[in-house]
Order: sequence, then structure tokens, then C-alpha cells
Amino acid sequence: MAWTLALPELVLALCGLAILLIGVLPKRDTFFPMAMAVTGSLLLAAVLVLGQQEGVALNGLYVADSFSSFMKVLALIGAALGLLLALDYNTRERLNRFEYPVLVLFATLGMMVMISANDLMSVYLGLELLSLPLYVMAAFDRDAGRSAEAGLKYFVLGALASGLLLYGASLVYGFAGTTNFDRLAAAFAAQEGVSPGVVVGLVFVMAGLAFKISAVPFHMWTPDVYEGAPTPVTAFFAAAPKVAALALLARVLLGPFADLAAQWQQVVVLISIASMLLGAFAAIGQRNLKRLMAYSSIGHVGYALMGLAVVSDVGLRGLIVYIAIYVFMNIGAFAVLVAMRRSGRAVEQVEDLAGLGRTDPAMALWMAVFMFSMAGIPPLAGFFGKLYVFLAAVQGGYWTLAVIGVLTSVVAAYYYLRIVKVMYFDQPPEAALERAPPSLSVVMATTGLFNLAFCLFPAPMLAAAGIAAAALLG
Amino acid sequence: MTQPLLADYFPILVFLAIAGGIALAMVGGSLLLARQKPDPEKLSAYECGFEPFDDTRRRFDVRFYLVAILFIIFDLEVAFLFPWAVALGDIGWFGFWSMMAFLGVLTIGFIYEWRKGALDWE
Amino acid sequence: MIAAAAFYLFAAILIASAVMVVTARNPVHSVLFLILAFFNAAALFLIAGAEFLAMILVIVYVGAVAVLFLFVVMMLDIDFARLREGFQRYAPIGAIVGGILFLELVLVLGAWTFADQAEALRIAPTPPSPVTNTEALGLLLYTDYIYLFQAAGLILLVAMIGAIVLTLRGRPAMRRQNIAVQIARSGSVAAEKVPVGAGIRELGIRRPPPPEETRRLAEPAHGEADHGERH
Repeated sequence: MAWTLALPELVLALCGLAILLIGVLPKRDTFFPMAMAVTGSLLLAAVLVLGQQEGVALNGLYVADSFSSFMKVLALIGAALGLLLALDYNTRERLNRFEYPVLVLFATLGMMVMISANDLMSVYLGLELLSLPLYVMAAFDRDAGRSAEAGLKYFVLGALASGLLLYGASLVYGFAGTTNFDRLAAAFAAQEGVSPGVVVGLVFVMAGLAFKISAVPFHMWTPDVYEGAPTPVTAFFAAAPKVAALALLARVLLGPFADLAAQWQQVVVLISIASMLLGAFAAIGQRNLKRLMAYSSIGHVGYALMGLAVVSDVGLRGLIVYIAIYVFMNIGAFAVLVAMRRSGRAVEQVEDLAGLGRTDPAMALWMAVFMFSMAGIPPLAGFFGKLYVFLAAVQGGYWTLAVIGVLTSVVAAYYYLRIVKVMYFDQPPEAALERAPPSLSVVMATTGLFNLAFCLFPAPMLAAAGIAAAALLG
Repeated sequence: MTQPLLADYFPILVFLAIAGGIALAMVGGSLLLARQKPDPEKLSAYECGFEPFDDTRRRFDVRFYLVAILFIIFDLEVAFLFPWAVALGDIGWFGFWSMMAFLGVLTIGFIYEWRKGALDWE
Repeated sequence: MIAAAAFYLFAAILIASAVMVVTARNPVHSVLFLILAFFNAAALFLIAGAEFLAMILVIVYVGAVAVLFLFVVMMLDIDFARLREGFQRYAPIGAIVGGILFLELVLVLGAWTFADQAEALRIAPTPPSPVTNTEALGLLLYTDYIYLFQAAGLILLVAMIGAIVLTLRGRPAMRRQNIAVQIARSGSVAAEKVPVGAGIRELGIRRPPPPEETRRLAEPAHGEADHGERH
């Protein structure tokens, strides 16, 4: 069996084990060197993914294609950036235990297993390998009541979602006779009608995955967990795992269940519309920035799902481009949130940003870039993300989706622009925010430049996304 | 295939029935035949037992929980060993090293937990 | 015949104990009924021919998970009587939701049909008779499904890290035995001649001199200050 195909996963797992072993041996604190080692391992894995061959391996459980490569590189970059956000924050909040980077690494490994899954069993194990570290990370600040609460809520609801997924997978297995994606696709292509058991199983599987991307009927945990978890953990939650879960959802729906599109399409359309609406309206009243970002991420997932709901290669390309841009907008905005400190304490209300335009022009500028980008103001990257999914919806004739998408973007622009207004036009309070530490400034500048420069060089990413989409559909 | 399997387990069923019968006979017999004269001392627990009719919500240290969960993890690991041991003759060296890698991962976990002091009970 | 009788017996006890898990007033009794339910489920697995699953249920669920449940029930100071307060009020709503779910299940099961080619699609069909259940699993799990097997190992490792990260607390006041320091200590064992018959009043209580380096290693600074005051 061609196990060398899974080389990136293998190398990442071995790096994780080595880092765990080296990190625990010295008596003193090893947070910083281990975080650097994990960042290096993630980048090494990304390089290996780029050099990966294509094919199905390991007894049909693992698949590598252009789609998986694109999504894995994106997830790895998102995870590495998310880890960089934690460097300064965790040290100052006394969360600088070396287990943090190790958990990030194993969560990322889980994402890679998910993205490369070619069997419902790999899906489940990848999802668990991703979820367990996330539960622990949410409760990482274990002495703070709300962090522990976030971890517990996430764990209980996440376990329920895993149960739903597993139940759905067992129904699919029972009615179709296999869990392998290729064989499932062949079985559904061969038979004319579809058994209701398979549809019920498919809906359960979708519910489990919708929980992970916090799409609307399964979004209840998101604001509480985002608010309660330490800010760098929230940043990590909002970026890389969404990439993996969306990639998995796309692969499951467009791979084995492609012939059942008539059954799942309406569900995806519905959760896409509901997520866009909730993301736009529920965030308006939020004063806490982390809650606001939680609702914002729900809305963004709605836009990304629009690309899936269209069921075409243009739509899938739109989804891929959207999620890629989303990662960079989101990590950047969270870099600003992590950097927000007043007289040594982390603050997270919208009002705390007041007057930032005068006290720290650089940070205010980047935050404005991210907010304009999320709102979808033209020259910035976020605009192109929305443009491609809306175009796909219009081309596919889904006018309702496109119109709702545009209207909710207008509503959502209100709260993004309110943040910009608070930064530039409100009176600064007595004590200004502290200056951002260098690691965060670097992340802000990198992601900010990406958002600014995307309009100049969109071709490489569009081409890569096109190839990835073709690989999944073709 | 289920019938021969069940035949193997028939003695256990018989054993269960006998055990249940004897237990019932003993409790019922003492209930019917013995003199019942309870007093508080007779009904209290032995000196080192928990009070039987106390409030059950007795707080345990969180360390019991850590030990229990570590036990579950190693218990699961052991569960993987049974089919491996039965099938080792047929799965060859590949199967052998596969299990060694699995045990290696858990050994690293064990070293981690030892170094962290999770196994110390002051 | 015996198999059928045993099935109905175990199934009846299973359902009864499951009901008791939910309705028992005392949460510890709930857990004990849960253990009974696990045992009966194991017996049902055995009757269905899933020997390995039955044994794992006993080893893992009864042996470890139920014990953990007991700890958790006892560790959390939850007033279960108060939690149960809304039971009467919410019972009708719960019954409606449950009824709908039950109807849906009936609808699904009513239309139960295996795919025509389901038999052919099986990747690893159950081998014929002489191979036992456990062995059949062993033949596949470690070779064909090595990817999933190793992933499961990593999940267990992450669970271990998580449990330690979340619950292990270093106790600064705790004195650990440091064997290296203990052995390296000079004069820790020394014979001394004491006049025979001299009581404690004449000699006083004798202690070995406090080894400075040992105390510095064993205790943090504030602990030492405490002790200093007390002496």
C-alpha cells in the first residue's frame, strides 16, 4: 500500500510526538521554543503537501488531490498564524504552557486527516482528532470561570454533534453497504431511486458537520465559546478548523453524495440563507468584539455555503476563494483583538477601540482594512470573495440566494463600519491602548497586505482554486 | 455461526442462573427464618465504611478523576491488544510493528504524564 | 429456544434498568442501574454473535467508564432534586418531541431496504466459521486499517494530554521525594553514642542539622519563610 502518500501527516505526527517528548523533559517552561518548533513543523508539512503526489492510498481511506493540497496548505497556514497570535498573549496571561502548541499541532493533524478523508471512518477519526484539542484549548485558562464554561459547553455540544455524525454514518453504512466514498458514489450512481434511510443518514452527517462550521441551526455554541475562550484560541477556532470542516463538507456532498444533490441542495440553501441572515442581524447589538466576531463568522460561513449550494464548479471555486480570503481577514482582525490591552489587562469591548486612530494609527489602519474587507468594500480582498460566490449564484440562476447575500452584506456593513467609526471619530479614554507587540504587528501587516494586494494579483489564487475545484468535481 | 458460539457460553448462563438462585435463597432464607431485631449499632456501617444512608453527594478530590480518566485511556489501549494477540500469527511483521508504533505513541504519553507528575500522589 | 428466552430476559432487564437510570432519585443508584444495563447489553451482543464487542463493553464501560461516572456524580455537588423540578412541567413537550422522533423512526424503518449491491460492496466480509469474531477484527485492524488504528492512538494521546492540562495542579507546598538529593546528602545516616539511661530531659530532642540545599530544592521561597517564622 502506498503509505508514502500520507507523508505530510506522518511527518507532522512524528514532529508532534518529538515536540511533546522534548517539551516535557526540562523542568523549566518551554512554551516559546516549542511554539517555534510547532510553527516550523506546520510549515514543513505545508511544503510536503505541495510536493505531494495524487492518488488514493491506505486501503482507500486516504485521498490526495489538488483540492486536498489547497485546503491543507490553507489550514496549515491558518494554524501557524493562529499560533503566532498566542505567543505574546499566553505569556502575559500566564497560559504559557508548552501543551498549547502541541495541541495546536494535533488539531491541525486532525484537520489534515479530515481534508484527506475518503471514507466515513476517516471523517470521524479526523473530526475527533480535531475536536478533542479544541475542547481542551477552549478551557485552557482553566481558572477563569468563563473559559471553563466555554470548554464545557463546546465539549457537550461537540460530543452531541459527533454522535449525530456517527449515527448518520452508521445509517449510510446500513443502507448502502459501504463507508468508502468511491464505492458510495458508485452505488448511488447505479441505483435509480434513493432509499429514505440514506437521506436520513446524509442529513445527520450534514448536521454534524454544520455544527463544526457553526452554520445556523447549529450555531448556538459559537458566541458563548468565542467569548469565553482565551482570545488567541478564539482566533484559532475561527480560522483553520472552518477551512477543514468546509472542505470536508464539500468533499462529502460533492463526492459520494453527488448523485443525491437534489436531496441535500435545498438543505444547504436553507442553512446558507439562515446563516447569512443571523450573521447580519444578531451582530448589530453586540458590544463585545469577540461575540461580534462570532456572529460575523456565522455570516461568512453562510456566504461560503452559497458557493456549495449552487453545485457547480464556479460555485465550488467561489467557496474555495471565499474561505481562503476569510482566513486572512479573520486572522488579521483577531491579531488586533489579541493586541488590545489597557494598563496590562486584556480588553474586548467595542468602546475600548475608541480613539485608536489617534493613539495608534498603524493598528487602527490595519483594523480598518480588515473591517472594510469583511464588509466587502471593493478594492479589498473580501469584496472578491463575495463577488465570486454571488457571480456563481447568479450564473446558476439562484437569484434569491444572491439577492439575500447582497442585502445581508449591506446590513453587516453597518457593524463593521461602526467599529471604524468608533476608532476614528470617538473620544479616546484616559489611558490609551498599549502598543502591539512585534509578533502581532507582523501578523497584522502580513494579512493586511494580503487584503490590500489581492486585487492586484488575484490570478494565482483563482487559478489554484479553479484547479482544486476541478479536482473535486472531475 | 451464532449457535456454536452461544453453546460455548451456555455454562456461563447456567452459572448466572445458579448464582442468582443462591443469592435469592440466602437473602430470602434469612429474611424468612432469622429473628429480626435491628438496633442502631447493628445497622451502622463497620468502622471504616461509608455511612450507608448518608447524603451521596460526597466530594472527591479532582485527582481521583484524573487517575480514573488515565485508567480509561490505558484500558482502551489494552482493548486493542486482544484482537492483535489473537490474530498475530496471521498478520505477520507488519501487524506486529503496527502495534509497536501504537504502543510507542502511548509510551510517549506515559513519559509525558510521568514527567508532569500526574502519577504522584504527594 | 434457550437463546430466544435468554434474549427476552436480558432485553427486559436492560429496558427496565434503563428506565431506572432515568427515574432513580439517587444519582448513585442511577449509575449502578447503568452498570446493570451495560451487562445486559453485553449479553445481547453475545447472543447476536458479537463476542468481542460484548467483552469490550464489560471491560471498558463497566470497568472504567462507570467508575468514572461514579466519581463525577460524587465530585459534582449537584442538587439533583432541584434539577428534576421542571420534570412535570416539561413532560408533555418532551413527550411530543419524543413521539415525533418515534414516528420518524417508524417511517424510516418501514422503508428499510438494503441497496441491491450492498453485499458485493462490503470491503471486508465476515470470514467463515472457524475464524472467531475477535480474530476477524485482528486480521483487519492492524494491517488494512492501520491508518485509522494509528489515528485512534493519537486521539488517545490527545485525550491524555487534555486530561492532564485541565486537571493537574502543581502543589507548591508539596514535598516530593528527590532520591538523588537524598542519597547525596552527607551524614544523613550516622551512628551516635548516647549515654545509657539518660532521658530526654537531659539530652533534649536531637535533630540532624537542616540540610540547606535540600530545603531550597524541595520548597519555594514563600514556603521557607513560613517555616522560619514558625520555628
